[in-house]
Amino acid sequence: MEDLLEIKNLNIQARTRAGVLNVVNDLSFSIKKGETLGVVGESGCGKSVTALSVMNLLPEGVLSVSSGDIIFDDVTITQLPENKLENIRGNEISMIFQEPMTSLNPLFTVGDQVSEVIKRHKGLNKDKSWVKAVELLDAVKIANPEKRAFDYPFQLSGGQRQRVMIAVALACQPKILIADEPTTALDVTIQAEILALINMLKEETGTAVMFITHDMAVVAQMADRVVVMYPGKKVEEGTVHEIFSNPQHDYTKALLAAVPKLGEMASKKYPEPMKLVGEGSSKKPQPIVGTEKPLLKVNNLVTHYPVKGGVFRRTVARVHAVEDVSFTIMKGKTLSLVGESGCGKSTVGRSLIRLVEPTSGKVDLDGQDILSLAPKDMREARSNIQMVFQDPFSSLNPQRPLFDQVAEPLRNYGTLRGKDLEERIEVLFDRVKLPRSFMRRYPHQLSGGQRQRIAIARALALNPKLIIADEAVSALDVSVQAQVLNLMMELQVDLGLSFLFISHDMAVVERVSHDVGVMYLGRLVEIGPRPSIFRNPQHPYTQDLLKAVPIADPNQRKSERDLNFKPLPSPIHDLSHDPGPSEYKEVEKNHFVLTTDCGY
Amino acid sequence: MTLLFSFIKRLLSMLLVLLVVVILNFLMLHLAPGDIADTIAQTMGGADEQDMAQLRKEYGLDQPFFIQLFQYVLRVATLDFGHSHFYNVPVFDLIMERFPATLLLVFSAQIVSLFVGILLGVYAAQNPNGLSSLFVNMFSLFGYAAPVFWTGILLLIAFSLHIQIFPSAGMRDITIENGSFFVHFFDVMRHLFLPMITLASIFFAYYSRLCRASMLEVLGADYVRTARAKGLSKKEVLLKHALKNSLSPVITFAGLSFSAVVSGAILVETVYSWPGLGTLAFNSIISRDTPVLLGILIFSTLMVTVGNLLTDLTLRTLDPRIKNAE
Repeated sequence: MEDLLEIKNLNIQARTRAGVLNVVNDLSFSIKKGETLGVVGESGCGKSVTALSVMNLLPEGVLSVSSGDIIFDDVTITQLPENKLENIRGNEISMIFQEPMTSLNPLFTVGDQVSEVIKRHKGLNKDKSWVKAVELLDAVKIANPEKRAFDYPFQLSGGQRQRVMIAVALACQPKILIADEPTTALDVTIQAEILALINMLKEETGTAVMFITHDMAVVAQMADRVVVMYPGKKVEEGTVHEIFSNPQHDYTKALLAAVPKLGEMASKKYPEPMKLVGEGSSKKPQPIVGTEKPLLKVNNLVTHYPVKGGVFRRTVARVHAVEDVSFTIMKGKTLSLVGESGCGKSTVGRSLIRLVEPTSGKVDLDGQDILSLAPKDMREARSNIQMVFQDPFSSLNPQRPLFDQVAEPLRNYGTLRGKDLEERIEVLFDRVKLPRSFMRRYPHQLSGGQRQRIAIARALALNPKLIIADEAVSALDVSVQAQVLNLMMELQVDLGLSFLFISHDMAVVERVSHDVGVMYLGRLVEIGPRPSIFRNPQHPYTQDLLKAVPIADPNQRKSERDLNFKPLPSPIHDLSHDPGPSEYKEVEKNHFVLTTDCGY
Repeated sequence: MTLLFSFIKRLLSMLLVLLVVVILNFLMLHLAPGDIADTIAQTMGGADEQDMAQLRKEYGLDQPFFIQLFQYVLRVATLDFGHSHFYNVPVFDLIMERFPATLLLVFSAQIVSLFVGILLGVYAAQNPNGLSSLFVNMFSLFGYAAPVFWTGILLLIAFSLHIQIFPSAGMRDITIENGSFFVHFFDVMRHLFLPMITLASIFFAYYSRLCRASMLEVLGADYVRTARAKGLSKKEVLLKHALKNSLSPVITFAGLSFSAVVSGAILVETVYSWPGLGTLAFNSIISRDTPVLLGILIFSTLMVTVGNLLTDLTLRTLDPRIKNAE
């Protein structure tokens, strides 16, 4: 097969205050007709910048190609004038982006936005290109396309918007589709649908795909060949099987070791830290057994949010965020709550420490009834439960040195002061493996992983019994994610901590949990010991969820070409709605499945 | 919600605002020190106790507070704003005579400043660090640093004293008697130009700065990148995808500053002797013609609320998400 796109010795420079920086160094690779090339690497490795340079859409004045050639279809496009390039963009090379929420213009209908590109390149008139746009919307499996074409982007869900983006990209049957992290912002079932759709359309049209992602599992599912990038350079290139079964470069090895693979814990009863490359590799990871003593008992927790409306701002409806949820967390163990966005898993976490006031239920922490505590006692109780949030960039105060941020809980509770406080903070920095010199630094001087360590140190400051980790590793790169997960597991063993681990990532959950609860539309649809849930999922939702998760192994590819999971219904109901209690049946020891209708 | 329904809703809230202003008006009159009967008696050259009682009865001043309030609201509702002491004509007639001139000045200034502001803002945003952007910034800074009466006098000196291309005062040339429609139109436009530019100068400064900032933000948005990736030219992207998105903050601000335009008009009219409500207000203050002032207050409130209504409706047609949020 001949090369369709060839990148030769590409160098891209960034102009910053500190001077000129090389963000892509001497990069060369090519894409053949009809193949899918996966470009993987962690944030900042230059993969998106490379994609934008192919389109010649690098942000002006910030990034520029300093040398090298990009040859597309025997034409050196790096030397083409702008008006010639415009004829190629969206026509022969097209692109889908990461953020479906912001990639479509909010003020034009989706039909407009799809037909615009057809009008531009195919010279069809308004009516004909509209008809074509509706056909395309149908091809990307948008139900009722004649009607939906008149919708504005805000009326569509994230998955539907990404489908529209795909329709725009494929409208002129391009020779190459560049997909830059197209599923990263989507839920796992939606991701599976979009990946299946891209594969299906690729087979139908024969277009080549350059698939850019940080997610090794997605690469394993999609790519024929893989290019691995590490800050600005290509470190390895090969077929997907070569890369996954016989990686050559140390970085590729480390990257693969850091990826949790769904199913790899099947033979193990307890969670254990990941074995990472170069990190005390002689030490064998020890399983984390935990205890059988309950720490937190949650019974029939219900949390509703009021929806205000009308002239007098009365409550007109309710959001049923958490609906009759019960679980127990043992001392020294981890319970994970998994589910997709909007399923209520975060609200459970917040309800436990009364950041939102639960509507009813009982929360018992080591014999103390949390929900009936007076504000003063609640304050005391909160020192036993601490939270770590998702976004390490916004959950730290940018204006305060890290010492103060970690010391803040201790100062608030007045437990330590002066020299004792300083010593305690030093110990905490040691615990999360950050150098003590960081105590005087500010958050912007740290990487994402380091910030998350600070957030953990802050959570540990008061010696809590339970840590609620709400998507605590979701925003991190895989290698950093693995380190932070290992740190959390190490702390669990050393300090006997319990975790409520809230996550959407099934592979991570399989790695860290003793018990797993699956949530859907506010209800816990299935709960039980981790091995039992993953080996023998009983609820249809759990089964679909597991089916949707991409596995980081090219030998275990999903064969479905046309996935269509049930869209999430609205959790908003009028005041008279009485959903009824959650009832369960025990399918295995301690493994319960919801028998009440939850809407799935 | 349909357009009609939200229009009616806004109309009702507009009437509510007007009612509140009318009541406040009445309170101002009522709470002012002194007896209104005294004031009237003074203008008649004095009166004895019996005449005073007669006056109070005639003007309803012996009625209880709420009855008086009710009667006042009722009178305003039937467009009866009372009688001007100074001009000796009904206030409503006086205002109606002056109102079109102000309306012309305010709306033309608002439209021109929006148009010029958006044009300059879009132009500057294309090259945010370039010379043109610097020029727009300086120009804007000058616009809102300079007091409007000062700009007005300066323009007067420049363009009607030294370079005599625009008239210095008034709205019409009285020497033109029998002209065609176009002659009159051109005449009014010639008179309008300087006051309108003066009034607009403050506001296009604000609008251009705001439009530049909002345009810059929009140009960095993902959907602009998408539009470029579709193969649209820079110009198409700018005028179709970016412009429409960058307008909302400018129009919102224009709606909010509408009341400032109206109050600015009072100063500008005084400088140029523009025969509008502004000069009328100015003269009424000097001659203590309270009924006229109160009438003008109600009318400017009306003008501002109508301006806001127009802003809301424009935003609604511009952005489909607003309709959804209601």
